[in-house]
Amino acid sequence: MSATTHAFAPRPGERAAQAARFARLRRGVQLRYVLLALPAVAFLAVFYGYPVAAMLLRAFNDPAWGTENFRPLTTLTRDIDVFGFSVPGNAYLRVFGITLQIAIVTTLATLLLAYPVAYVLAAIRPSRANLLMILVLIPFWTSILVRSYAWMVLLGREGTINRVLMGLGILDEPAKLLNTRLAVYVGMIHILLPFMILPLYAVMRGIDRNLLRAAENLGGRPWDVFRRVFLPLSLPGIGAGCLLVFILALGFYITPALLGGQRDVMISVLIAQQVTLIKWGFASALALVLLLVALVIYVVFSRILGVERLYGGTRA
Amino acid sequence: MVVGTRAAAAPTNATEGGSRTEPTGRLGAVGARVVFEDLEKRYGDVAAVDGVSLDVAAGEFLTMLGPSGSGKTTSLMMLAGFEIPTAGEIYVDDRPIAAVPPYRRNIGMVFQNYALFPHMTVGENIAFPLKLRKVKKADIQRRTREVLELVELPGYEARYPRQLSGGQQQRIALARALVFDPRVLLMDEPLGALDKQLRESLQLEIKRLHERLGVTIVYVTHDQQEALVMSDRIAVMNRGRVEQVGPPAELYDAPQTRFVASFIGESNFLDGRLAGIEGGVAQVEAPGVGVLRARLGEGLASGTDVAVTVRPEKIVFAEEGEGSDGLNHERNELDATVEDVVFVGEMHRYEVRLTGGQTLILKRQNRAGVRRYERGDSARVAWHVADTRLV
Ligand SMILES: Nc1ncnc2c1ncn2[C@@H]1O[C@H](COP(=O)(O)OP(=O)(O)OP(=O)(O)O)[C@@H](O)[C@H]1O
Ligand SMILES: [Mg+2]
Repeated sequence: MSATTHAFAPRPGERAAQAARFARLRRGVQLRYVLLALPAVAFLAVFYGYPVAAMLLRAFNDPAWGTENFRPLTTLTRDIDVFGFSVPGNAYLRVFGITLQIAIVTTLATLLLAYPVAYVLAAIRPSRANLLMILVLIPFWTSILVRSYAWMVLLGREGTINRVLMGLGILDEPAKLLNTRLAVYVGMIHILLPFMILPLYAVMRGIDRNLLRAAENLGGRPWDVFRRVFLPLSLPGIGAGCLLVFILALGFYITPALLGGQRDVMISVLIAQQVTLIKWGFASALALVLLLVALVIYVVFSRILGVERLYGGTRA
Repeated sequence: MVVGTRAAAAPTNATEGGSRTEPTGRLGAVGARVVFEDLEKRYGDVAAVDGVSLDVAAGEFLTMLGPSGSGKTTSLMMLAGFEIPTAGEIYVDDRPIAAVPPYRRNIGMVFQNYALFPHMTVGENIAFPLKLRKVKKADIQRRTREVLELVELPGYEARYPRQLSGGQQQRIALARALVFDPRVLLMDEPLGALDKQLRESLQLEIKRLHERLGVTIVYVTHDQQEALVMSDRIAVMNRGRVEQVGPPAELYDAPQTRFVASFIGESNFLDGRLAGIEGGVAQVEAPGVGVLRARLGEGLASGTDVAVTVRPEKIVFAEEGEGSDGLNHERNELDATVEDVVFVGEMHRYEVRLTGGQTLILKRQNRAGVRRYERGDSARVAWHVADTRLV
């Protein structure tokens, strides 16, 4: 650009000085952002990042350097059942299989239960929705431990449910409810439901009502409007909710430990067992694999979500 | 059926428009007649629409014009089927439709924010109503192409709405509302979000489309200029009621209520009392001003309080030697003092004070030979009796 003849235009030297001043201002803003984030980052680095890294390192150096800790996972001893298929594996891989299965079923069941609730919350007046949202969040006020114990009371041999069913004459003797896969599902779904409802609700609230009206105006029956417009536009919420619930479910410990049976050992329970056996290295190896599985699933899911964003269907 | 010929604005003409054009893909079905019969919609105590009766002829372009909250959108929503009236009925070609669900009404609608589906391409958006009507794939493609040509955006099928400008989105919304040959098209402030120039060019485009297609259009706006430019007839809405219906020129030149006179264009009002009628001309006594003459309004009796109204551009300064004797029976003439002059481009806008203390606005063209008055100048203002109305 040639120098202008404008009377107020700065001369070249002044222009450079001004550019430097602007650059300083920009750097100042950046520095402020760094400083604002620093305390939390530092805290996490010292009290979370370092211990986790040190612990994971043990997978390779406890009791000796090498990949010895992963050997039990890669040694195939017997066929195991994964989603009804018989594949070569071993006792530990079987636990991974069970964990994945529980996490997937829990996620899908939570989605099925949460979607209609979020739909209603998004459809009614915001003031009412906020009120109902409190009901959704109430479970957060009680700890997972307490709630899992509560389920033990309800589901136990002498528990409330069995007593009611027997009192009504539906059962002659108590059914085995506690320490079953069903109990694990009930406990986990109940705890994870809000984590599915919240992202679904946030996305559904953002869907423009006029889009639904337009769809109906153009000839869409309620089902068409839902399937062709509402459902696709709520996909980002489905993705976010499923991701959150699935990853939380993968690492569940207390609930399966308290409510599950012999055959419902999840990976966290297995890791805890190894720790009590003072097999730190093997426990770390299991944790590392779990972390990797979670990461892979996270990347795959966010890729899918990323594609959704490409066509601009999101508002969340 | 002749596309491009509009049915005369006589409602009786509409009844024969019962058959639809074959879905050959030729755009444009003949419009349907739409009748609002004492339509009412209440939300609790609030009457959003408070007894609206309207008869929109087949193929007519009718605009509902009114200030914010006057019930325009609510009326349109009832016609589209998104709101159920609390009383009254709507007829499309003599068929009552107030209880018909929106998806069976076959009424096209353009929303103010366009409401294009963000997860579909332009092509998919336009194909949407056709798919729901189980139109064959090849026909869908052809009609999509045709309607895109109609709105002058050919070849835009593969784009997503967010890749279009506001004006382009507006045209796509129009294309989508037209592609299934609706016989009535509703538009709720479709140009509200666009800048002035684009708005004006789209106004003319929509008007041309309407003339070409013959579809009945019910258009909503609060922009009086837009209403005047586009409409066959305008229904002026106020507080959930229709104040006056008529062609643009009639509303402008012969407003029946003070609200209409002030809402469409600018108006001067001088309050007074109807003193008598002489030779078909109303004589109004205005305090401090004297007797003003005006065209007689309907159903006004002597002695009633009235307001004399006249448009600013109809008032002139009575230059010396030109009918300043006060005896001209064709004109009202008054002494005044110039209070303010504002330059607005093609006009000078004057505010003058009458001897009785009332102020009048008048407009004079900005051209050579037209004297410019200054603040404080004394002047005589005059206007034709024929331009004077009572409201
Ligand atoms: N769902 C509703 N609940 C309660 N009142 C409503 C509702 N919808 C509209 N109203 C009221 O009805 C009246 C008419 O509203 P409407 O939207 O029809 O006005 P409008 O003429 O379209 O105005 P604008 O030019 O601002 O769009 C307003 O007073 C509004 O507050
Ligand atoms: Mg409105």
